[in-house]
Amino acid sequence: MTRNSIRAWYLVHKWTSLVCTLFLLMLCLTGLPLIFHDEIDVLTEGPPQVGMPGVGSSSDTPGLLPLDTMLKIAIAERPGEVAAFMAFDNDGPLMTVTTAPRPDSPSAQMTVLVLDRSTGKLVSQADESGVMHFLLQLHTDMFLGLPGMLFLGFMGLLFTAAIVSGVVLYAPFMRKIAFGTLRTSRSTRLKWLDYHNLLGVAALAWTLVVGLTGVVNTLATPINRVWQSRELAAMTGAYAGKPALERSRYVSLDKAMAQARKALPGTSPQFIGFPGGAFSSKHHYAVFLQGDTPLTQRLLTPALIDAETGTFTDARPMPWYNQALALSQPLHFGDYGGLPLKILWAVLDLFTIVILGSGLYLWLGKRKTSVEAHVREVETGGTAGAPS
Amino acid sequence: MKRPKQSLRQVFAVPVVLAVLSLFGLIAALTGDGLRDGLSWLALGAPVLAVVWAMRFRRS
Repeated sequence: MTRNSIRAWYLVHKWTSLVCTLFLLMLCLTGLPLIFHDEIDVLTEGPPQVGMPGVGSSSDTPGLLPLDTMLKIAIAERPGEVAAFMAFDNDGPLMTVTTAPRPDSPSAQMTVLVLDRSTGKLVSQADESGVMHFLLQLHTDMFLGLPGMLFLGFMGLLFTAAIVSGVVLYAPFMRKIAFGTLRTSRSTRLKWLDYHNLLGVAALAWTLVVGLTGVVNTLATPINRVWQSRELAAMTGAYAGKPALERSRYVSLDKAMAQARKALPGTSPQFIGFPGGAFSSKHHYAVFLQGDTPLTQRLLTPALIDAETGTFTDARPMPWYNQALALSQPLHFGDYGGLPLKILWAVLDLFTIVILGSGLYLWLGKRKTSVEAHVREVETGGTAGAPS
Repeated sequence: MKRPKQSLRQVFAVPVVLAVLSLFGLIAALTGDGLRDGLSWLALGAPVLAVVWAMRFRRS
């Protein structure tokens, strides 16, 4: 590698890292407790007491209450509001009903009620004031809504560029050094330089995957908007000119669900979008169904059921961009392989914190040194160049 | 500590193995439960073990 190309990659690495490091540190620190979100909830609130443990609220097992009943219970809790979404679980009888003044109200005005479908009891009203919720908001959009989300997505892209340029610089740096070398006793700078390189290259695949899937997740809102304007509009084209359906004429939810199950056998519902909401037309219940294998479970197919007649209108698999988003979620959260996977996620997250911290230290320590000296440092594997 | 210059292939031999194992681990758990989860833990554990090994045996 020529000195000029090392110099160019060094500058790319320096500037992309500098811009994103503080945001990435925030993301790693807030992300760490979020990995264990479910475990922390159970520890602080205790395991929920349910009527029929192990029976998924998404199933049609006898003994589970009708969806119409569940809807009535939820609306009785929030008089004057309407349902926007209803969501199900495959592993237990709990389900949620999201209510709001209107089906298309902004999410800040929505209330999520957790109900037990086997007893009809209200379990809790999802808490939006807790520490975990605060961390999640900070991690997702820094309380700035869509612009904040997209900004963090851009930071994720810079992080990716920093990783790639870091790998390029790893080559000249390691030319005379064996993998895993940690020169901890010569100077503090050399010690952190070696740790930075070792951790960076060891965690490479994980940081790239979690970084890039994080970027895809920041695009959730635009991705869903494209789906609404293209796919949803095409599926409900015949209804385009009709006025919104009166709520009093809505057909039974259970009837609609039965139609959706009949149209797509071998699936189970993940959530229902109510008429007039962002995920349906003004005339349809949109029943989003998931497959029954671990992989197809992630890929949803919406079945649109006419909310006035209860007949099936159309079902189309989500397009590739929604499927990419659906697969990006588990790959970013690390919640798809049991507790050991979460622990590995946490360890690799800690590695990333050390990579970011040591990078910052290496920059702070030698800010006044010339670029040439830094290039020498890379060329010689840290033994010459920036004097320590 | 002085060693002859390594080729690009030598420099990236271990990192490439770790990256391939990591990617395999990330995908394995996504495609199923049980055995696939176990394989995923082992494979994604490789980069962590590599760092532990370096801290134990490669410090100087």
